[in-house]
Amino acid sequence: MANIMIRRGSTGEYVFYLPKRDLEDTITSMEFDTPEKWGGEIKLNNGGAYFIDPQPAPERLPYSVRAKRLDAAE
Amino acid sequence: MTALTKEETEALIAEVLEVYPEKAKKDRAKHLAVNDQSIEQSKKCITSNRKSLPGVMTIRGCAYAGSKGVVWGPIKDMIHISHGPVGCGQYSRAGRRNYYVGMTGVNTYGTMNFTSDFQEKDIVFGGDKKLAKLIGEIEGLFPLNKRISVQSECPIGLIGDDIEAVSKKAAAEFNKPVVPVRCEGFRGVSQSLGHHIANDAVRDWVFERNGKDVTTAFVPGPYDVSIIGDYNIGGDAWSSRILLEEMGLRVVAQWSGDGTLEEIELTPKVKLNLIHCYRSMNYIARHMEEKYAIPWLEYNFFGPTKIAESLRAIAAHFDDKIKAGAEAVIAKYQPMVDAVIAKYRARLEGKRVMLYVGGLRPRHVIGSYEDLGMEVVGTGYEFGHGDDYDRTVKEMGNATLLYDDVTGFEFEEFVKRVKPDLIGSGIKEKYIFQKMGVPFRQMHSWDYSGPYHGYDGFAIFARDMDMTINNPCWKKMEAPWLKKPEAVEELAKAA
Repeated sequence: MANIMIRRGSTGEYVFYLPKRDLEDTITSMEFDTPEKWGGEIKLNNGGAYFIDPQPAPERLPYSVRAKRLDAAE
Repeated sequence: MTALTKEETEALIAEVLEVYPEKAKKDRAKHLAVNDQSIEQSKKCITSNRKSLPGVMTIRGCAYAGSKGVVWGPIKDMIHISHGPVGCGQYSRAGRRNYYVGMTGVNTYGTMNFTSDFQEKDIVFGGDKKLAKLIGEIEGLFPLNKRISVQSECPIGLIGDDIEAVSKKAAAEFNKPVVPVRCEGFRGVSQSLGHHIANDAVRDWVFERNGKDVTTAFVPGPYDVSIIGDYNIGGDAWSSRILLEEMGLRVVAQWSGDGTLEEIELTPKVKLNLIHCYRSMNYIARHMEEKYAIPWLEYNFFGPTKIAESLRAIAAHFDDKIKAGAEAVIAKYQPMVDAVIAKYRARLEGKRVMLYVGGLRPRHVIGSYEDLGMEVVGTGYEFGHGDDYDRTVKEMGNATLLYDDVTGFEFEEFVKRVKPDLIGSGIKEKYIFQKMGVPFRQMHSWDYSGPYHGYDGFAIFARDMDMTINNPCWKKMEAPWLKKPEAVEELAKAA
């Protein structure tokens, strides 16, 4: 489990940030992206994948959340 | 000499790596790369932020340097105690030239060194009592200090002193927060972790007090911004600040060059955080974005092209009045920039530069050199991370050298082969390269010159580069009796 921060990039896409490893990357896909259910499996541009417990969408970004690493790119 | 091709650069790296033992070679190979602009992610070509190899000459600092020297040190109305043996504080005292205004020793303490001067008995019996006594003495001698921070040196962590408890007690006694910073030098692989620890300490101890946000009577305005990650080296923050103020913004806080504690407490009220040194202060900007919903923007005030780009990007976050202000500022300084370029470009055109600096300059100053017609052929970070290299790959030309945490040996070999006209690095490299006959600028503290930020700084930058590269001393590298006979004859004729 790792603490991650999700924010909006300049073109409106989700940006993933893992402070511990200074890993910053765009999120290419998020399993659930509706106001009621948000999270699930997220895929990164670098090929990594993380899992966020599905939850109601945060009111505003950036948002810090615990995530489970499914597949790291490195 | 023409630029190296990609194959030649790769061959050069392979040749330099040849001397290492097998295991070291494998490790160092990951840190050296040929730039390829088509790569989106730097980590495909270069590894960074890893422990230095034992036995090589590395140029890195420690976590204490990152916290006390870089982030906390320049906050001028605070007293920063270097808690531990005397050397760490004394040998780094005032070395970074973070300029400030104020009466040193009365209401500002920037260039002073406060230390608990650990002796053997403090290591054996612990230094907590000494620290408590020291804080009491400081309160007696310097009553105008706004706050005290305790910057741990290595032994504090090793012997397990409880500086938090001492700080808490002292804070209650003097009714003034005392900030314990756990920045022992052995933490992390370089000063980079010290920046992070220091940022976290600001978050926990300056923005919040007893778990609550600090409240102030400050009235926020619509054009409030803060300058983050500008340490006012040689006056850099001042030459940046005037540009922002001229375009109509109100600069509320300077982090942390010439900065005060009050300014820093006001930062959560600003509309936009402007980050110059991304590496050392992105952590706090990200925190403010999440907690206080303040957007942040990286900018670059080196060289007129980048300044104009940055001013427009900053203005885009505000209304038309500021946008017009930005254009007015750019137009106002254009004649000055034209004059500087007209004067120096002819003397510097086509010169090639190799850089090896800290956290932002390996990529930020590239624009400055390009504005003068110079080319950066190699760059690298002492303590950069992957995200720094991501940003660098786009700035650098194809087939140029990238080196992370370069060793003394590698750097010398690269210079011997690439033969740059100028090297920009730190004081430890300066005299080696000058003795090799290569012009050198110390790019950490601008070689006792500066400022280099902003339009005013660009003029000084251009003058300094010209002064260094075209200095007549570089033609005198050979002893007269070793000169070839023809050269001596010519000299005789000329006389």
